[in-house]
Amino acid sequence: MLNHRFFRALVLAAFIFPASSAWSATTIVAVAADFTKPMTEIAAEFQKATGHEAKLSFGSSGKAFAQIQSGAPFEVYLSASEKYPVELEKAGLVVPGSRFVYAIGKLVLWSATPGYVDDKGEILKTGAFKHIALADPTHAPYGVVAEEVMTSVGVLDKLRPLFVMGENISQTFQFVTTGNAELGFVALAQVIDLNTGKIGSGSGWLIPDELHGPFNQTAVLLQTGAENPAAQALVDFLKSPAARAVIKKYGFGSPE
Amino acid sequence: MTTPIHAKFELDYGEFRLNVDLDLPGSGVTVLFGHSGSGKTTLLRCIAGLQQAPNGFLQINGEVWQDSERNLFLPTHKRSLGYVFQEANLFPHLSVKGNLQFGLKRTGLAGADLTHILELLGIAHLLERLPDGLSGGERQRVAIARALALNPQILLMDEPLAALDFKRKQEILPYLGRLHRELNIPVLYVTHSQQEVAQLADHLVIMDEGKALASGPLSETLSRLDVPLAHDREAATVWQVTVAGHEAEYHLTRVAFAGGTLSLTHLSAEIGTPLRLQIYARDVSITLQKPSDTSILNVLPAVITDIADDDSGQSVVGLLVGDQPLLAHITRKSRMLLGLRVDMNVYVQIKGTSILN
Amino acid sequence: MLNEADIATLWLTFKVASLATLIMLMLGTPLAWWLARTSSRFKGICNALVALPLVLPPTVLGFYLLVMLGPKGPVGRLTSELGWGTLPFTFGGLIVASVLYSLPFVVQPLQASFAAIGRQPLEAAATLRAGPLDTFFNVVVPLAKPGFMTAAILGFAHTVGEFGVVLMVGGNIPDKTRVVSVQIYNHVEALEYEQAHWLAGGLLLFSFTVLLVLYSALKTHPVAHQLK
Repeated sequence: MLNHRFFRALVLAAFIFPASSAWSATTIVAVAADFTKPMTEIAAEFQKATGHEAKLSFGSSGKAFAQIQSGAPFEVYLSASEKYPVELEKAGLVVPGSRFVYAIGKLVLWSATPGYVDDKGEILKTGAFKHIALADPTHAPYGVVAEEVMTSVGVLDKLRPLFVMGENISQTFQFVTTGNAELGFVALAQVIDLNTGKIGSGSGWLIPDELHGPFNQTAVLLQTGAENPAAQALVDFLKSPAARAVIKKYGFGSPE
Repeated sequence: MTTPIHAKFELDYGEFRLNVDLDLPGSGVTVLFGHSGSGKTTLLRCIAGLQQAPNGFLQINGEVWQDSERNLFLPTHKRSLGYVFQEANLFPHLSVKGNLQFGLKRTGLAGADLTHILELLGIAHLLERLPDGLSGGERQRVAIARALALNPQILLMDEPLAALDFKRKQEILPYLGRLHRELNIPVLYVTHSQQEVAQLADHLVIMDEGKALASGPLSETLSRLDVPLAHDREAATVWQVTVAGHEAEYHLTRVAFAGGTLSLTHLSAEIGTPLRLQIYARDVSITLQKPSDTSILNVLPAVITDIADDDSGQSVVGLLVGDQPLLAHITRKSRMLLGLRVDMNVYVQIKGTSILN
Repeated sequence: MLNEADIATLWLTFKVASLATLIMLMLGTPLAWWLARTSSRFKGICNALVALPLVLPPTVLGFYLLVMLGPKGPVGRLTSELGWGTLPFTFGGLIVASVLYSLPFVVQPLQASFAAIGRQPLEAAATLRAGPLDTFFNVVVPLAKPGFMTAAILGFAHTVGEFGVVLMVGGNIPDKTRVVSVQIYNHVEALEYEQAHWLAGGLLLFSFTVLLVLYSALKTHPVAHQLK
């Protein structure tokens, strides 16, 4: 953890200086872990289109939230949930009116074993497994949604003893992909086959949106980035058709 | 018939090689003498089994401790030996008593009566102390007692005085002398001190570059001219003598040896007391005729057995007085003038002697 | 204040750390002894392997453990064959992870104190009829007592403070694998800063006390055990 943070501090220090240059500016972005792959692609296209550079820092939304509160120099914040950006808005750390939903999270009940999870998720009701992995619902948006799904299916209390909880959605995916948990709730982006747009490997159930509350992945422009043209440009670019295409390709819902 | 101790070792560490084949007596003190690096300590460690010579044979009183041809190597803890290290090597976490009991408990002698050993080494009053609170000399005496308490078949001592200053050495030497008289087990004693050789040895092994240059009874070995020791400035022979009588009016004591008597300054010792007498080669002079007008009391007939010239204008002459070997250091010029040859009958004048005990 | 879940994590942490320390002492003692005395050419490799957790990020060790111990990993397959199931997400898995991760904190002080003893007391013991095991328990262990104390305390304290590996191998299961460091992290992530303070402060106090006791004890029990 420490190493990671230290590294990040180095990276930040390295580009704070050139960020003041007006022509092609740089903006620092905190990105929810589940949005790692699409955002990497979007940032590349963003640079091509605008000449600005977006430096990306991936991690749990909760951690980024705490860091922003403590004065981290992020200028744009792409959270996996709606909750944290709203909190930041209350704290006056957000440029007013900048909050928007950039993607709809899609949840999959997935197993690394082919044929293990049926496409209706009936397996949840059997409870015939030792471990089911989910992101920790106390702070990870994917965990919150996963619990809502289990509540809807009516198996939450029955399955609770089988929970193994990842610190974020990446770790949750690790638990399942290594087979240590037979199945788990992961992000569609983690298991999608980009060519077919379907679940690529193992077996999974793409969970219908009706089984849980809104999963609005929300972004804000932070006060720290108010004066940075690159930050504003990135926020605009995220709403562009080019960005939308990428977001869709990775299995996220489009906010329209 | 096998000898009491037969030790044969070969080892090769590249820089250092040991190659010895020794028969040693089953009683008395055998001193392994040599400079540092001569292999004397390695030899002792091989005998103890602390080091394993790849090629070796060791038999002590009929018991084989190592025979590499039969792949036999008795580990140290199964050998009936006592070992005294250069540093006393007491266990710091145990009291003197605990140190003494350590070996006893493991030999089933836990209840053994140590009174005699404690008294012999003068440590009875130290029993409850920890090694940290002892002087260097006291520690070494405890270490000797610890080794002896096991009633071993052989006592091995590796320069037990080397780490002590002069005063401490003088403190311990009398105890070693007593051991010498009272122990009936063989003692192998490693040292590089000629003084300790003269005081303690009955049998002497001279080591150099991993080989035994000479091995034999003390006075015989000391007077061998093919050994560097005889050429040393401090070269001396040691005679075993006994007090034969006193001449009170002259304040003299007469001592007898195999081959005659000598007069010494008065000693308060009973007739029959054994003494060790050290005679330095530089204190011995040679005459062809029996001198009639000399102040020197001790003039004895002798036969020249060997002569060697040094580079430095000195001649070393080996003699026999009765059965006793003697060394004389004279100038080469005197040797030439007197025309000394081997087998010549001469007289020796002994200017001075020192009593070692 | 601490709630029931917090207290459960404290109790679990205590159990994990105690058992792991015991196992580390049992494994670490012969290992440290061998490392202190051998001149084998594998010594360097072994030293490096033991020290590896000191420099590796815990997530690396955690990830490899997850892979190795999991149902597809070689160790996991073995434990499944033996009918023990797989180790991740279990108390046993936490123990294995903690042992591997904290082992250098046990091996290194032991190794140093064994090396400091030198060969002389061992030789003295051998000449006094003590066999190798006898010598070990009656000479080496008492002489290395400060080393054993340091090893046990550091091993215990480091296991208590361990986070990254248990998070990855444990799966954050209440009462089963959720130890106090993970609980603190959960509190922080869930913005329950007050709860986090109670636990974190307690852990800080505990660690400080342990180290204080250790260093004061070492001062009165000097390691200086030169033979007299």
